[in-house]
Amino acid sequence: MAIESIYKLHYSMVQALIVNNNGSADDARDIFQEAMIVLYEKASSGTFELTSQLKTYIYSICRRLWLKRLQQQQKFVPDIAALDEMVLVEDELEHHDRKNSELMMMEKAMLSLGEPCKSLLESYYLQKKNMTEIAGDFGYTNADNAKNQKYKCLMRLKKIFFAEYKNNR
Amino acid sequence: MIEEIQILEAVEKYIRGEMTPEERTQFEELRRTNSEIDQLVVEQTMFFNQLGNFSDWKALKVSLNEVHNHLAEQGEIRQPQPKGVVRELWRRYKRVMAVAASIAGITTLLIATTVSMIARKQSTEDLQQLRREFRQEVANKKKEVLNEVDNKIKISKAPENIAPKSGGTGFLIDGKGYLVTNAHVVNNANSVIVLNSKGQEFRANIIHINIASDLAVLRIEDNDFKPLAILPYSIRKSGTDLGEQLFTLGYPRNEIVYNEGYMSAKTGYKGDTLTCQIGVQANPGNSGGPVFNKNGEVVGIINTREKEAEGVVFAVTARNIFLLMDDIRKSDTAARNIKLPLLTTLRNLDRTQQIRKIEECVFMVKTY
Repeated sequence: MAIESIYKLHYSMVQALIVNNNGSADDARDIFQEAMIVLYEKASSGTFELTSQLKTYIYSICRRLWLKRLQQQQKFVPDIAALDEMVLVEDELEHHDRKNSELMMMEKAMLSLGEPCKSLLESYYLQKKNMTEIAGDFGYTNADNAKNQKYKCLMRLKKIFFAEYKNNR
Repeated sequence: MIEEIQILEAVEKYIRGEMTPEERTQFEELRRTNSEIDQLVVEQTMFFNQLGNFSDWKALKVSLNEVHNHLAEQGEIRQPQPKGVVRELWRRYKRVMAVAASIAGITTLLIATTVSMIARKQSTEDLQQLRREFRQEVANKKKEVLNEVDNKIKISKAPENIAPKSGGTGFLIDGKGYLVTNAHVVNNANSVIVLNSKGQEFRANIIHINIASDLAVLRIEDNDFKPLAILPYSIRKSGTDLGEQLFTLGYPRNEIVYNEGYMSAKTGYKGDTLTCQIGVQANPGNSGGPVFNKNGEVVGIINTREKEAEGVVFAVTARNIFLLMDDIRKSDTAARNIKLPLLTTLRNLDRTQQIRKIEECVFMVKTY
Protein backbone atom coordinates (compact mmCIF):
# COMPACT_ATOMS: atom_id res chain seq x y z
CA MET A 1 0.00 0.00 0.00
CA ALA A 2 1.31 3.40 -0.98
CA ILE A 3 0.54 5.02 2.35
CA GLU A 4 2.46 2.40 4.23
CA SER A 5 5.58 2.68 2.11
CA ILE A 6 5.64 6.48 2.33
CA TYR A 7 5.09 6.15 6.05
CA LYS A 8 7.98 3.73 6.40
CA LEU A 9 10.35 5.88 4.38
CA HIS A 10 9.67 9.32 5.73
CA TYR A 11 7.95 9.19 9.09
CA SER A 12 11.13 9.10 11.16
CA MET A 13 12.48 12.18 9.36
CA VAL A 14 9.36 14.15 10.22
CA GLN A 15 9.32 12.85 13.76
CA ALA A 16 12.89 14.04 14.23
CA LEU A 17 11.96 17.42 12.81
CA ILE A 18 9.04 17.90 15.18
CA VAL A 19 10.60 16.42 18.29
CA ASN A 20 13.74 18.50 17.88
CA ASN A 21 11.63 21.62 17.59
CA ASN A 22 9.47 21.69 20.69
CA GLY A 23 7.06 18.97 19.65
CA SER A 24 6.00 15.56 20.92
CA ALA A 25 5.58 12.24 19.16
CA ASP A 26 1.83 12.88 19.01
CA ASP A 27 2.41 16.22 17.31
CA ALA A 28 4.65 14.43 14.83
CA ARG A 29 1.90 11.95 14.11
CA ASP A 30 -0.65 14.74 13.58
CA ILE A 31 1.60 16.78 11.35
CA PHE A 32 2.74 13.85 9.28
CA GLN A 33 -0.83 12.68 8.75
CA GLU A 34 -1.92 16.16 7.78
CA ALA A 35 0.92 16.30 5.29
CA MET A 36 -0.25 12.98 3.88
CA ILE A 37 -3.70 14.45 3.46
CA VAL A 38 -2.23 17.45 1.65
CA LEU A 39 -0.36 15.02 -0.58
CA TYR A 40 -3.54 13.06 -1.20
CA GLU A 41 -5.52 16.19 -2.03
CA LYS A 42 -2.81 17.29 -4.40
CA ALA A 43 -2.58 13.88 -6.02
CA SER A 44 -6.33 13.56 -6.47
CA SER A 45 -6.60 17.06 -7.98
CA GLY A 46 -4.90 15.62 -11.05
CA THR A 47 -2.51 18.51 -11.50
CA PHE A 48 0.17 17.12 -9.27
CA GLU A 49 3.64 17.16 -10.67
CA LEU A 50 6.44 16.36 -8.31
CA THR A 51 9.27 18.72 -9.15
CA SER A 52 11.53 17.52 -6.38
CA GLN A 53 12.15 14.41 -4.36
CA LEU A 54 9.15 13.23 -2.41
CA LYS A 55 11.24 13.52 0.72
CA THR A 56 11.91 17.21 0.11
CA TYR A 57 8.27 17.81 -0.63
CA ILE A 58 7.07 16.14 2.56
CA TYR A 59 9.69 17.90 4.62
CA SER A 60 8.70 21.29 3.22
CA ILE A 61 5.05 20.72 3.94
CA CYS A 62 5.62 19.43 7.45
CA ARG A 63 7.94 22.30 8.22
CA ARG A 64 5.34 24.87 7.16
CA LEU A 65 2.54 23.06 8.98
CA TRP A 66 4.55 22.81 12.17
CA LEU A 67 5.64 26.44 12.09
CA LYS A 68 2.04 27.43 11.66
CA ARG A 69 0.91 25.18 14.49
CA LEU A 70 3.53 26.66 16.81
CA GLN A 71 2.45 30.13 15.88
CA GLN A 72 -1.17 29.29 16.61
CA GLN A 73 -0.22 27.91 20.00
CA GLN A 74 1.88 31.02 20.55
CA LYS A 75 4.80 28.90 21.47
CA PHE A 76 8.35 29.87 20.84
CA VAL A 77 8.97 29.53 17.12
CA PRO A 78 12.40 28.11 16.54
CA ASP A 79 14.38 28.70 13.42
CA ILE A 80 13.77 25.35 11.77
CA ALA A 81 16.51 24.56 9.37
CA ALA A 82 15.41 24.28 5.81
CA LEU A 83 16.79 21.48 3.70
CA ASP A 84 19.26 22.49 1.04
CA GLU A 85 16.53 22.58 -1.52
CA MET A 86 13.06 23.57 -0.50
CA VAL A 87 9.85 23.45 -2.40
CA LEU A 88 7.35 26.25 -2.29
CA VAL A 89 4.25 24.74 -0.78
CA GLU A 90 2.22 27.87 -0.10
CA ASP A 91 -0.34 27.16 -2.81
CA GLU A 92 -0.93 23.63 -1.63
CA LEU A 93 -1.33 24.73 1.95
CA GLU A 94 -3.71 27.50 1.06
CA HIS A 95 -5.82 25.04 -0.88
CA HIS A 96 -5.56 22.60 2.00
CA ASP A 97 -6.69 25.24 4.49
CA ARG A 98 -9.75 26.08 2.46
CA LYS A 99 -10.63 22.46 2.03
CA ASN A 100 -10.01 21.76 5.67
CA SER A 101 -12.38 24.48 6.78
CA GLU A 102 -15.09 22.98 4.55
CA LEU A 103 -14.48 19.56 6.01
CA MET A 104 -14.66 21.00 9.50
CA MET A 105 -18.01 22.56 8.65
CA MET A 106 -19.26 19.17 7.56
CA GLU A 107 -17.95 17.54 10.69
CA LYS A 108 -19.59 20.17 12.83
CA ALA A 109 -22.86 19.73 10.96
CA MET A 110 -22.63 15.97 11.43
CA LEU A 111 -22.05 16.35 15.15
CA SER A 112 -24.98 18.69 15.64
CA LEU A 113 -27.23 16.35 13.69
CA GLY A 114 -27.70 14.00 16.61
CA GLU A 115 -28.60 10.32 16.69
CA PRO A 116 -29.76 8.22 14.94
CA CYS A 117 -29.34 10.46 11.92
CA LYS A 118 -25.58 10.71 12.36
CA SER A 119 -24.98 6.97 12.53
CA LEU A 120 -27.43 6.35 9.74
CA LEU A 121 -25.68 8.72 7.36
CA GLU A 122 -22.26 7.55 8.43
CA SER A 123 -23.02 3.94 7.75
CA TYR A 124 -24.40 4.78 4.31
CA TYR A 125 -21.94 7.40 3.10
CA LEU A 126 -18.82 6.64 5.05
CA GLN A 127 -18.93 2.91 5.64
CA LYS A 128 -20.76 2.42 2.32
CA LYS A 129 -23.19 -0.16 3.66
CA ASN A 130 -26.27 -0.91 1.57
CA MET A 131 -29.77 0.01 2.61
CA THR A 132 -30.95 -3.50 3.58
CA GLU A 133 -27.96 -3.93 5.87
CA ILE A 134 -28.66 -0.58 7.47
CA ALA A 135 -32.34 -1.39 7.89
CA GLY A 136 -31.26 -4.52 9.77
CA ASP A 137 -28.75 -2.64 11.94
CA PHE A 138 -31.14 0.10 12.90
CA GLY A 139 -34.26 -2.02 13.18
CA TYR A 140 -36.31 -0.60 10.32
CA THR A 141 -38.90 -3.00 8.98
CA ASN A 142 -37.72 -2.61 5.40
CA ALA A 143 -35.07 -0.92 3.31
CA ASP A 144 -37.50 1.63 1.87
CA ASN A 145 -38.32 3.00 5.31
CA ALA A 146 -34.64 3.26 6.08
CA LYS A 147 -34.08 5.02 2.77
CA ASN A 148 -36.83 7.48 3.49
CA GLN A 149 -35.36 8.17 6.88
CA LYS A 150 -31.91 8.57 5.37
CA TYR A 151 -33.15 11.25 2.98
CA LYS A 152 -34.86 13.10 5.79
CA CYS A 153 -31.60 13.07 7.74
CA LEU A 154 -29.73 14.16 4.67
CA MET A 155 -32.04 17.15 4.25
CA ARG A 156 -31.41 18.19 7.83
CA LEU A 157 -27.68 17.79 7.43
CA LYS A 158 -27.83 19.86 4.28
CA LYS A 159 -29.71 22.63 6.04
CA ILE A 160 -27.22 22.76 8.93
CA PHE A 161 -24.28 22.59 6.58
CA PHE A 162 -25.45 25.43 4.38
CA ALA A 163 -26.33 27.61 7.37
CA GLU A 164 -22.76 27.07 8.58
CA TYR A 165 -21.41 27.58 5.09
CA LYS A 166 -23.13 30.94 4.72
CA ASN A 167 -21.93 32.03 8.15
CA ASN A 168 -18.38 31.40 7.16
CA ARG A 169 -18.41 33.10 3.81
CA MET B 1 -41.19 17.78 1.21
CA ILE B 2 -41.71 14.54 -0.64
CA GLU B 3 -40.74 16.26 -3.84
CA GLU B 4 -37.45 17.48 -2.46
CA ILE B 5 -36.61 14.00 -1.24
CA GLN B 6 -37.26 12.71 -4.71
CA ILE B 7 -35.02 15.32 -6.21
CA LEU B 8 -32.35 14.50 -3.67
CA GLU B 9 -32.55 10.88 -4.65
CA ALA B 10 -32.53 11.73 -8.35
CA VAL B 11 -29.49 13.95 -8.00
CA GLU B 12 -27.66 11.26 -6.10
CA LYS B 13 -28.39 8.80 -8.85
CA TYR B 14 -27.43 11.38 -11.46
CA ILE B 15 -24.06 12.06 -9.87
CA ARG B 16 -23.26 8.40 -9.48
CA GLY B 17 -24.29 7.72 -13.06
CA GLU B 18 -26.88 5.20 -11.98
CA MET B 19 -29.60 6.63 -14.23
CA THR B 20 -30.75 4.88 -17.36
CA PRO B 21 -30.26 6.92 -20.56
CA GLU B 22 -34.00 7.71 -20.77
CA GLU B 23 -34.13 8.84 -17.14
CA ARG B 24 -31.09 10.94 -17.77
CA THR B 25 -32.49 12.79 -20.77
CA GLN B 26 -35.76 13.25 -18.92
CA PHE B 27 -33.96 14.65 -15.92
CA GLU B 28 -31.84 17.00 -18.00
CA GLU B 29 -34.97 18.18 -19.76
CA LEU B 30 -36.54 18.88 -16.38
CA ARG B 31 -33.49 20.89 -15.34
CA ARG B 32 -33.64 23.00 -18.49
CA THR B 33 -37.31 23.83 -18.16
CA ASN B 34 -37.52 24.37 -14.41
CA SER B 35 -34.93 26.84 -13.11
CA GLU B 36 -35.91 26.18 -9.50
CA ILE B 37 -35.10 22.52 -9.89
CA ASP B 38 -31.88 23.40 -11.73
CA GLN B 39 -30.81 25.58 -8.82
CA LEU B 40 -31.65 22.76 -6.43
CA VAL B 41 -29.59 20.34 -8.48
CA VAL B 42 -26.55 22.63 -8.40
CA GLU B 43 -26.89 23.03 -4.64
CA GLN B 44 -27.43 19.32 -4.17
CA THR B 45 -24.42 18.43 -6.33
CA MET B 46 -22.19 20.72 -4.36
CA PHE B 47 -23.47 19.24 -1.12
CA PHE B 48 -22.88 15.69 -2.30
CA ASN B 49 -19.40 16.61 -3.40
CA GLN B 50 -18.71 17.99 0.06
CA LEU B 51 -20.12 14.86 1.62
CA GLY B 52 -18.02 12.73 -0.71
CA ASN B 53 -14.90 14.67 0.18
CA PHE B 54 -15.79 14.33 3.82
CA SER B 55 -16.16 10.58 3.63
CA ASP B 56 -12.91 10.26 1.64
CA TRP B 57 -11.16 12.36 4.21
CA LYS B 58 -12.53 10.32 7.10
CA ALA B 59 -11.56 7.11 5.38
CA LEU B 60 -8.06 8.41 4.71
CA LYS B 61 -7.67 9.43 8.32
CA VAL B 62 -8.77 6.02 9.50
CA SER B 63 -6.35 4.25 7.20
CA LEU B 64 -3.50 6.58 8.16
CA ASN B 65 -4.09 5.78 11.80
CA GLU B 66 -4.25 2.10 11.01
CA VAL B 67 -0.96 2.27 9.18
CA HIS B 68 0.59 4.20 12.01
CA ASN B 69 -0.53 1.72 14.65
CA HIS B 70 0.45 -1.18 12.47
CA LEU B 71 3.95 0.17 11.91
CA ALA B 72 4.32 1.07 15.56
CA GLU B 73 3.44 -2.53 16.47
CA GLN B 74 5.98 -3.83 14.00
CA GLY B 75 8.58 -1.54 15.52
CA GLU B 76 9.08 0.40 12.27
CA ILE B 77 8.22 3.59 14.10
CA ARG B 78 10.23 4.21 17.19
CA GLN B 79 8.98 6.56 19.82
CA PRO B 80 11.57 9.18 20.68
CA GLN B 81 10.85 8.46 24.33
CA PRO B 82 14.27 7.70 25.89
CA LYS B 83 15.67 11.10 25.00
CA GLY B 84 12.67 12.76 26.59
CA VAL B 85 13.05 10.75 29.77
CA VAL B 86 16.70 11.66 30.15
CA ARG B 87 15.94 15.30 29.54
CA GLU B 88 13.06 15.21 32.00
CA LEU B 89 15.27 13.56 34.66
CA TRP B 90 18.00 16.06 33.98
CA ARG B 91 15.59 18.93 34.39
CA ARG B 92 14.19 17.53 37.61
CA TYR B 93 17.47 16.65 39.26
CA LYS B 94 19.58 19.47 37.85
CA ARG B 95 19.87 21.19 41.20
CA VAL B 96 20.63 18.05 43.16
CA MET B 97 23.25 17.10 40.64
CA ALA B 98 24.81 20.54 40.81
CA VAL B 99 25.08 20.33 44.61
CA ALA B 100 26.48 16.81 44.41
CA ALA B 101 29.00 17.86 41.81
CA SER B 102 30.20 20.84 43.83
CA ILE B 103 30.55 18.74 46.98
CA ALA B 104 32.55 16.20 45.02
CA GLY B 105 34.67 19.02 43.58
CA ILE B 106 35.40 20.54 46.98
CA THR B 107 36.29 17.15 48.45
CA THR B 108 38.65 16.44 45.59
CA LEU B 109 40.33 19.81 46.02
CA LEU B 110 40.74 19.28 49.78
CA ILE B 111 42.27 15.87 49.32
CA ALA B 112 44.52 17.12 46.56
CA THR B 113 45.81 20.02 48.69
CA THR B 114 46.45 17.77 51.68
CA VAL B 115 48.27 15.26 49.54
CA SER B 116 50.37 17.90 47.84
CA MET B 117 51.25 19.55 51.16
CA ILE B 118 52.41 16.24 52.55
CA ALA B 119 54.24 15.51 49.35
CA ARG B 120 56.00 18.89 49.38
CA LYS B 121 57.24 18.33 52.90
CA GLN B 122 58.83 15.13 51.78
CA SER B 123 60.62 16.65 48.80
CA THR B 124 64.33 17.45 49.06
CA GLU B 125 65.75 20.90 49.51
CA ASP B 126 67.41 20.84 46.10
CA LEU B 127 64.21 20.40 44.34
CA GLN B 128 62.61 23.24 46.26
CA GLN B 129 65.37 25.63 45.38
CA LEU B 130 65.29 24.73 41.79
CA ARG B 131 61.66 25.38 41.79
CA ARG B 132 61.96 28.78 43.38
CA GLU B 133 64.55 29.81 40.88
CA PHE B 134 62.37 28.71 38.08
CA ARG B 135 59.54 30.69 39.51
CA GLN B 136 61.75 33.72 39.85
CA GLU B 137 62.80 33.35 36.27
CA VAL B 138 59.25 33.19 35.04
CA ALA B 139 58.39 36.26 37.07
CA ASN B 140 61.33 38.15 35.60
CA LYS B 141 60.41 37.15 32.12
CA LYS B 142 56.87 38.15 32.70
CA LYS B 143 57.89 41.54 34.00
CA GLU B 144 60.11 42.08 30.97
CA VAL B 145 57.33 41.24 28.57
CA LEU B 146 54.88 43.42 30.43
CA ASN B 147 57.29 46.34 30.37
CA GLU B 148 57.81 45.92 26.71
CA VAL B 149 54.12 45.90 26.07
CA ASP B 150 53.64 48.86 28.36
CA ASN B 151 56.26 50.83 26.54
CA LYS B 152 54.74 50.02 23.25
CA ILE B 153 51.34 51.09 24.41
CA LYS B 154 52.56 54.20 26.10
CA ILE B 155 54.22 55.60 22.99
CA SER B 156 51.47 57.85 21.86
CA LYS B 157 51.29 58.95 18.32
CA ALA B 158 49.51 62.10 19.27
CA PRO B 159 51.52 65.32 19.09
CA GLU B 160 53.05 66.01 22.49
CA ASN B 161 51.70 68.58 24.87
CA ILE B 162 48.67 69.41 22.79
CA ALA B 163 45.19 68.56 23.93
CA PRO B 164 42.94 67.10 21.26
CA LYS B 165 40.69 69.69 19.63
CA SER B 166 37.71 67.56 18.87
CA GLY B 167 36.70 64.00 18.36
CA GLY B 168 34.25 61.87 16.51
CA THR B 169 33.78 58.49 14.98
CA GLY B 170 34.82 57.07 11.64
CA PHE B 171 34.53 53.71 9.93
CA LEU B 172 36.39 51.82 7.25
CA ILE B 173 35.04 51.89 3.73
CA ASP B 174 38.00 49.98 2.37
CA GLY B 175 40.13 47.49 4.27
CA LYS B 176 43.27 49.17 2.95
CA GLY B 177 42.70 51.91 5.52
CA TYR B 178 40.24 54.36 4.06
CA LEU B 179 37.80 55.78 6.59
CA VAL B 180 34.72 57.93 6.27
CA THR B 181 33.82 60.46 8.94
CA ASN B 182 32.05 63.81 9.07
CA ALA B 183 33.65 66.87 7.52
CA HIS B 184 32.89 68.88 10.66
CA VAL B 185 34.89 66.41 12.74
CA VAL B 186 38.15 66.87 10.86
CA ASN B 187 37.73 70.34 9.45
CA ASN B 188 40.49 72.73 10.61
CA ALA B 189 42.55 69.83 11.92
CA ASN B 190 46.34 69.97 11.80
CA SER B 191 46.70 66.30 12.36
CA VAL B 192 44.38 63.36 12.84
CA ILE B 193 44.81 60.29 14.99
CA VAL B 194 42.38 57.37 14.90
CA LEU B 195 41.97 54.75 17.60
CA ASN B 196 40.44 51.34 17.15
CA SER B 197 38.17 49.68 19.70
CA LYS B 198 41.18 48.17 21.47
CA GLY B 199 42.69 51.62 21.96
CA GLN B 200 45.52 51.31 19.43
CA GLU B 201 46.40 54.60 17.78
CA PHE B 202 47.12 55.18 14.12
CA ARG B 203 48.12 58.30 12.24
CA ALA B 204 45.75 59.29 9.48
CA ASN B 205 45.66 61.88 6.73
CA ILE B 206 42.68 63.73 5.37
CA ILE B 207 42.42 63.03 1.68
CA HIS B 208 39.13 64.66 0.88
CA ILE B 209 36.58 66.92 2.55
CA ASN B 210 33.15 67.77 1.22
CA ILE B 211 31.50 70.44 3.36
CA ALA B 212 28.21 70.29 1.43
CA SER B 213 27.49 66.66 2.28
CA ASP B 214 29.46 66.93 5.54
CA LEU B 215 31.64 63.94 4.70
CA ALA B 216 35.38 63.44 4.77
CA VAL B 217 37.65 60.60 3.75
CA LEU B 218 40.74 59.76 5.77
CA ARG B 219 43.54 57.38 4.98
CA ILE B 220 45.38 55.56 7.74
CA GLU B 221 49.09 55.96 7.04
CA ASP B 222 50.74 53.96 9.72
CA ASN B 223 52.90 50.85 9.54
CA ASP B 224 51.19 49.40 12.59
CA PHE B 225 47.91 49.23 10.74
CA LYS B 226 47.15 45.83 9.34
CA PRO B 227 44.91 46.10 6.27
CA LEU B 228 41.73 44.02 6.32
CA ALA B 229 41.00 41.82 3.34
CA ILE B 230 37.21 42.12 3.55
CA LEU B 231 34.93 44.39 5.50
CA PRO B 232 32.03 42.56 7.17
CA TYR B 233 29.42 45.19 6.26
CA SER B 234 28.41 46.77 3.00
CA ILE B 235 27.29 50.26 2.08
CA ARG B 236 23.72 50.59 0.93
CA LYS B 237 23.11 52.53 -2.23
CA SER B 238 19.33 52.55 -2.21
CA GLY B 239 17.09 54.12 0.39
CA THR B 240 15.79 52.76 3.67
CA ASP B 241 12.17 52.18 4.63
CA LEU B 242 10.51 54.06 7.42
CA GLY B 243 10.44 52.11 10.64
CA GLU B 244 13.34 49.88 9.73
CA GLN B 245 15.35 48.80 12.76
CA LEU B 246 18.78 50.44 12.90
CA PHE B 247 21.78 50.35 15.15
CA THR B 248 24.82 52.53 15.59
CA LEU B 249 28.34 52.21 16.92
CA GLY B 250 30.32 55.23 17.97
CA TYR B 251 32.64 56.86 20.47
CA PRO B 252 30.76 59.36 22.61
CA ARG B 253 33.14 58.16 25.35
CA ASN B 254 36.60 56.68 25.20
CA GLU B 255 34.83 53.39 24.72
CA ILE B 256 32.86 52.09 21.78
CA VAL B 257 29.13 52.49 22.47
CA TYR B 258 26.25 50.63 20.86
CA ASN B 259 22.77 52.05 20.41
CA GLU B 260 19.66 51.07 18.54
CA GLY B 261 16.71 52.81 17.00
CA TYR B 262 14.68 53.10 13.86
CA MET B 263 14.27 55.07 10.69
CA SER B 264 12.03 58.06 11.53
CA ALA B 265 11.87 60.14 8.36
CA LYS B 266 13.35 60.07 4.91
CA THR B 267 14.47 63.67 5.00
CA GLY B 268 16.59 65.54 7.47
CA TYR B 269 16.40 68.92 9.19
CA LYS B 270 13.96 71.22 7.38
CA GLY B 271 13.43 68.76 4.56
CA ASP B 272 17.11 68.29 3.72
CA THR B 273 17.23 65.40 1.23
CA LEU B 274 20.90 64.61 1.75
CA THR B 275 20.13 63.46 5.25
CA CYS B 276 17.49 61.44 7.00
CA GLN B 277 16.06 61.40 10.50
CA ILE B 278 16.64 58.47 12.79
CA GLY B 279 15.38 57.74 16.25
CA VAL B 280 18.44 56.80 18.29
CA GLN B 281 20.34 58.25 21.17
CA ALA B 282 23.38 60.16 20.03
CA ASN B 283 25.83 62.37 21.84
CA PRO B 284 28.78 64.52 20.87
CA GLY B 285 31.39 62.10 19.61
CA ASN B 286 28.87 60.01 17.70
CA SER B 287 29.40 62.26 14.68
CA GLY B 288 30.72 60.30 11.72
CA GLY B 289 29.53 57.02 13.19
CA PRO B 290 27.95 54.46 10.90
CA VAL B 291 24.24 53.62 11.07
CA PHE B 292 23.52 49.98 10.19
CA ASN B 293 20.32 48.19 9.29
CA LYS B 294 19.65 44.68 10.58
CA ASN B 295 21.49 43.06 7.68
CA GLY B 296 24.65 44.96 8.49
CA GLU B 297 24.44 47.44 5.68
CA VAL B 298 25.59 51.00 6.34
CA VAL B 299 22.57 53.17 5.63
CA GLY B 300 23.84 56.45 7.03
CA ILE B 301 26.45 58.46 8.88
CA ILE B 302 25.32 60.29 12.01
CA ASN B 303 26.02 64.00 11.78
CA THR B 304 23.72 66.22 13.84
CA ARG B 305 20.95 66.18 16.36
CA GLU B 306 18.28 68.69 17.10
CA LYS B 307 19.02 70.71 20.21
CA GLU B 308 15.44 71.40 21.18
CA ALA B 309 14.06 67.91 20.77
CA GLU B 310 14.95 64.57 22.33
CA GLY B 311 15.93 61.67 20.16
CA VAL B 312 15.86 63.57 16.89
CA VAL B 313 19.09 62.68 15.18
CA PHE B 314 20.05 63.28 11.59
CA ALA B 315 22.29 61.10 9.50
CA VAL B 316 23.82 61.63 6.10
CA THR B 317 22.42 58.90 3.85
CA ALA B 318 24.92 56.31 2.71
CA ARG B 319 24.25 57.12 -0.93
CA ASN B 320 26.37 60.24 -0.41
CA ILE B 321 29.43 58.05 0.09
CA PHE B 322 29.07 56.83 -3.48
CA LEU B 323 28.71 60.43 -4.71
CA LEU B 324 31.75 61.40 -2.67
CA MET B 325 33.76 58.61 -4.27
CA ASP B 326 32.88 59.90 -7.73
CA ASP B 327 34.17 63.30 -6.66
CA ILE B 328 37.40 61.95 -5.24
CA ARG B 329 38.14 59.81 -8.25
CA LYS B 330 38.04 62.89 -10.45
CA SER B 331 40.67 64.74 -8.45
CA ASP B 332 42.78 62.09 -6.76
CA THR B 333 44.28 59.32 -8.85
CA ALA B 334 45.57 57.44 -5.80
CA ALA B 335 42.05 57.14 -4.49
CA ARG B 336 40.90 55.28 -7.57
CA ASN B 337 41.75 51.97 -5.95
CA ILE B 338 39.18 52.49 -3.19
CA LYS B 339 36.62 49.73 -3.46
CA LEU B 340 33.45 50.23 -1.48
CA PRO B 341 32.18 47.04 0.17
CA LEU B 342 29.00 45.93 -1.58
CA LEU B 343 28.32 42.60 0.10
CA THR B 344 27.44 42.20 3.74
CA THR B 345 28.45 39.03 5.54
CA LEU B 346 26.33 39.91 8.58
CA ARG B 347 22.94 38.84 7.32
CA ASN B 348 21.01 36.66 9.79
CA LEU B 349 23.66 36.87 12.46
CA ASP B 350 23.01 37.59 16.12
CA ARG B 351 23.36 41.24 16.98
CA THR B 352 26.25 40.49 19.33
CA GLN B 353 28.08 38.58 16.63
CA GLN B 354 27.47 41.39 14.17
CA ILE B 355 28.92 43.90 16.58
CA ARG B 356 31.93 41.74 17.27
CA LYS B 357 32.69 41.73 13.57
CA ILE B 358 32.00 45.40 12.95
CA GLU B 359 33.76 46.69 16.06
CA GLU B 360 37.27 46.54 14.64
CA CYS B 361 36.22 48.63 11.64
CA VAL B 362 34.85 51.54 13.66
CA PHE B 363 37.43 54.04 14.88
CA MET B 364 37.56 56.99 17.21
CA VAL B 365 38.78 60.06 15.38
CA LYS B 366 40.81 62.65 17.32
CA THR B 367 42.00 65.87 15.80
CA TYR B 368 44.82 68.12 16.97
